[in-house]
Amino acid sequence: MTSISEDSDKEKVRSVSVDLNNDASLVIDIPDALCERDKVKFTVHTKTTLSSFQKPEFSVPRQHEEFIWLHDTIVETEEYAGLIIPPAPPKPDFEGPREKMHKLGEGESSMTKEEYAKMKQELEAEYLAVFKKTVQVHEVFLQRLSSHPIFRKDRNFQIFLEYDQDLSVRRKNAKEMFGGFFKNMVKSADEVLISGVKEVDEFFEQEKTFLLDYSSKIKDASAKAEKMTRSHKNVADDYNHISGALNSTAADNNTAFKKTISVCVLQKLEDRVASDQELKLTELLRYYTRDIQAAKDLLYRRARALADNENSNKALDKARLKGKDIAQAEENQKQCLQKFDKLSESGKKELTSFKARRVVAFRKNLIEMTELEIKHAKNSVSLLQGSIEILNSN
Amino acid sequence: PDEGDIFSEEGSYVRSDVHHTTNGLHSDEELDLFTGISLHRCTMTQSGDQFELNIAVTNPEKIGDGMNAYMSYKVSTQTTLPMFLNKMFSVRRRFSDFLGLYETISAKHSLLGCIIPPPPQKSVVGMTKVKVGKEDSSSAEFVEKRRAALERYLQRVVAHPSLLQDPDVREFLERDELPRAVNTQALSGPGLLKMINRASDAVNKMTIKMNESDNWFESKLQEVENEEQLLRRLHAAVDSLVNHRKELCSNTVVFSKSVAMLGSVEENSALSRALSQLAEVEDKMEQLHQQQAFSDFFILAELLADYVRLLGAVRYCFEQRMKVWQRLQEAQSTLQKKREAEAKLLWANKPEKLQQAKDDINEWESKVSQYERDFERVTCTVRKEVLRFEKEKARDFKQHIVKYLESLLHTQHRLVKCWEAFLPEAKAIA
Repeated sequence: MTSISEDSDKEKVRSVSVDLNNDASLVIDIPDALCERDKVKFTVHTKTTLSSFQKPEFSVPRQHEEFIWLHDTIVETEEYAGLIIPPAPPKPDFEGPREKMHKLGEGESSMTKEEYAKMKQELEAEYLAVFKKTVQVHEVFLQRLSSHPIFRKDRNFQIFLEYDQDLSVRRKNAKEMFGGFFKNMVKSADEVLISGVKEVDEFFEQEKTFLLDYSSKIKDASAKAEKMTRSHKNVADDYNHISGALNSTAADNNTAFKKTISVCVLQKLEDRVASDQELKLTELLRYYTRDIQAAKDLLYRRARALADNENSNKALDKARLKGKDIAQAEENQKQCLQKFDKLSESGKKELTSFKARRVVAFRKNLIEMTELEIKHAKNSVSLLQGSIEILNSN
Repeated sequence: PDEGDIFSEEGSYVRSDVHHTTNGLHSDEELDLFTGISLHRCTMTQSGDQFELNIAVTNPEKIGDGMNAYMSYKVSTQTTLPMFLNKMFSVRRRFSDFLGLYETISAKHSLLGCIIPPPPQKSVVGMTKVKVGKEDSSSAEFVEKRRAALERYLQRVVAHPSLLQDPDVREFLERDELPRAVNTQALSGPGLLKMINRASDAVNKMTIKMNESDNWFESKLQEVENEEQLLRRLHAAVDSLVNHRKELCSNTVVFSKSVAMLGSVEENSALSRALSQLAEVEDKMEQLHQQQAFSDFFILAELLADYVRLLGAVRYCFEQRMKVWQRLQEAQSTLQKKREAEAKLLWANKPEKLQQAKDDINEWESKVSQYERDFERVTCTVRKEVLRFEKEKARDFKQHIVKYLESLLHTQHRLVKCWEAFLPEAKAIA
């Protein structure tokens, strides 16, 4: 079992989405999480001044599936069709460290005790990094909801935060699977629908073009960033092996060998650079890939409403022509128009604030990443200078 | 534009002719060749005089076409030693000439107990690509790798005081045309390795102890074997590092392009500009990684590979001493037999054959004392050689490690500069 508690690292890590937790009336965080085998249990902690809650402060344990349930119920709520639904957090993925652990177990007999200890340490660090990441994305999801004027009032959200029993969402698994399949079908359909619909509004026309293009580019950048950071990790691993091999020298009269251990301290720095890059740039790109998708989903819902609106107009014309069911058709048309207008209005607001949010997040993230790169490189410089001095003076 | 910068800043290790094409002839000033080399030897003769001797292998040139083509290298020497005809001179040599030199040296000096520096490995694949005329980066890399290896080989040869005195070595450096070396088949990489491993086995199988200095030799051999193992592992790890760094290069380039694309569709103009700047930074990163991979390979990996082979040469040297010992043993046993034969003759009372027997005994007695002296000399030489080798190795490693750390330092400096230049761009996003 691994647990993680509040630490200042998380503050730095929370730059993916900004303007969260600014409102003291509802503050949510995940201060703690336990990992048992494959299951992660998040401790969701809420502090609130709102009267709609029973207590001012409370915590509940939640698993990933329950977060998905919350996301899905919000998506399915008709009222929220005109809002960008915060993307669901991805499932905790411990595949990387698990594979490494397997390799470690297999290779145990062929390693020295020190090498094994070192690899184990490395493995634990990687495990911890994945763990921190998954806590972060789950936390940000909740904070997006709590900082949104409409979502924070959602009944299911409140249940999620407050209800201290199991939400019994497990039976959703079969439905989830089917739902997921359906969602994928719909996603490819939405591209067609969005591009097919005749747009009357200049704003939405531009948004459509922008989002479709941006979506594919950011997905690509996100994938390439991941590959790059993985390569960086491989380089760090190699330094680890080199230091392992050096450390296992028995009585060594070649002092230059011993002094090369400093080269391997660099491995630690390379590793840190790789994981900071990972958290900053890669996570930013990953997150916004999902967020862009959520924005696209909004466009899709609006396009559907527009299509419905047009169909209802056609139905009304037909009814008038036939002289039958005119009142019903009129009512239908009125409703469709209302829905469409409401969607368009709130959609416009949401997309505008999304733009601003995205730019701010990129800015914060890029600045932090750059400052970290500079810090690490400067550290390396002084370390290297020190080592060179020592070696030259002997 | 940056490329020139990188290499000149890299300074003393990287040579400016690294990017020579295989078919070009380049004008160069003799002196310039030596300013780039960090492995200057300034050795002392036995009388304590200091002298200078610097060797460079440069200007690879492809001679001929098709499967009969070969690479010709310029071997330049700069020296204050009086035994050479000139102070600065150069000749052209091909790879098989170097192998021929090794053969000659080995034949003359290995039974004396010298540790003979092994030549660079043959590579059928590498050479075929060059012959066939593939002018791509991998064959250019191969030629550079070989050029550098040939240079290190010669530098090691002349660093050895007895080998430097060898007229064949002098001839190799000075003489315009060398007779073509044949029979260099045995010296392919795996071939050499097999020969050395067989030698090791022979030493290990020896059960009869020679004398008390045996312990020294036995434990030394064990040390050598252990170190060889360690260096192999290190070499494998560094090899992996080089490959992963090359992968990082290509992934970084791909990422850079992707970020540029993202920047081009970004609607916010300041963010768009920052993203294209980020793409440029990543491009510079790729160049830095490329350069670092070069250092990883030429400073670290090749050093380790060289010493794995050198340690093999040390083992081979021990085996040669073994041979001398065996020769002594065989002579002693023959002498013993001759003495027994004489005794038999005395007993059987055959005076006419007795004189022959006495002559035989005299012959073998002098052989035995000759071989005893040989063995003592070899033992003494091997001990000296091992100590000299260890000193050289420590110096070599230290020098290379410092060079490597300096290359890392250089990279990190550039990193700081790149990111510091980008920071204001990131801050300008609004």
